[in-house]
Amino acid sequence: MSDRFKGILDAITRVRGVRGAMIVVWQDGLIVSDSLMEGVRGNAVAALTSSVTKYAESVMLASGIGRLQFLHLQASNGVLLVVATGSETLVVAIAEPSVNVGLVRLELIRAAEAVK
Amino acid sequence: MADDVRSMTAELVRDPTSLVFLRLGEVLRAEGQVDAARKVALTGLERNPNLADAHDLYARILVDASELDYAQRVWESVLQIDPRHQGAHKGLGFLHYSRGDLDTALDHLELAVAADPTNQNVVQALQAVRDVADSLTAEEPVDAFAGFEGQDRGILLVDSQGRALAGRVMTGEGHDGTDAVAAHLVGVTQEMVRTARMLKLGDWQWLVVEGTDGNAHLTAPSGDSLLFVVRGRDVPAGRLALLADHAGDAARTWLAAQRP
Repeated sequence: MSDRFKGILDAITRVRGVRGAMIVVWQDGLIVSDSLMEGVRGNAVAALTSSVTKYAESVMLASGIGRLQFLHLQASNGVLLVVATGSETLVVAIAEPSVNVGLVRLELIRAAEAVK
Repeated sequence: MADDVRSMTAELVRDPTSLVFLRLGEVLRAEGQVDAARKVALTGLERNPNLADAHDLYARILVDASELDYAQRVWESVLQIDPRHQGAHKGLGFLHYSRGDLDTALDHLELAVAADPTNQNVVQALQAVRDVADSLTAEEPVDAFAGFEGQDRGILLVDSQGRALAGRVMTGEGHDGTDAVAAHLVGVTQEMVRTARMLKLGDWQWLVVEGTDGNAHLTAPSGDSLLFVVRGRDVPAGRLALLADHAGDAARTWLAAQRP
């Protein structure tokens, strides 16, 4: 991981409850860089995030709310948070269900600004 | 009343086959002597197992004792003996009404009236249940989200096969996006379920997306429906979640009212 991306992702993973963060190529779900806790399957997170965000954006375009900027999938045992950088990459965080979503969202947006 | 009980009891002692036990059981019921009434009815049933009126009396005593399921079975057995038995239809009408099953209650009460149209008690009971059913029909909302802000453009309830159930989604350009959104929602939900399962996130609860031109919230108000709430960028995610919560309550109420 380059120092540049490491610093960006570390800012996200410092938020309490975040299990991992990564930068992913949206189109094919490949990992650009990641910072993950042990046990988090980076390749699966990247691939599934790429897929689910594409599906989500298809609904968004059909409903007239434009391109994806932020996605929050809440589940019983965890959350998936995604910010689109606007340049074919996504910044992704996977976290505990009780995480401060607002704080993670802010860090993801900062990261997206830095990445694009 | 006590004299009646004494004289009827004496008659039964003299002639155990007498059908006076039917009146005696009824009088004891009226006096609240449920156990005594039950004993009289059961004794009478032993001697008259095919007497529909005896079973009917016993079922009414069971209702007094709050044994409603048992009473229902007894009344249903009465109808095996006499399909037009007014007491059994009246009793079953009462039981179904008390459980909120107005349609079945009305069916039985109509049969009870048909058995004897001159029985004013049954006629009045039928009319009372009809009035309740009519008032519920009148109160049923024509739309699941009647009164909701944006009900005609930004709330959509779909079934598990991507068919719109209620509400509508209009795009910013004024196009009706309801059918397209309904179809896409199933796909995104299947992908969310797969993602949550494979990443060991548990069961998905909701999805919030923020777009360049608006925000949206997706939940499942029931196991076989999806609720999509769309608003402009000026509605923040927290308020959108509250709107979705309220819309979810309305959707559940509406869905329950649609089920037979």
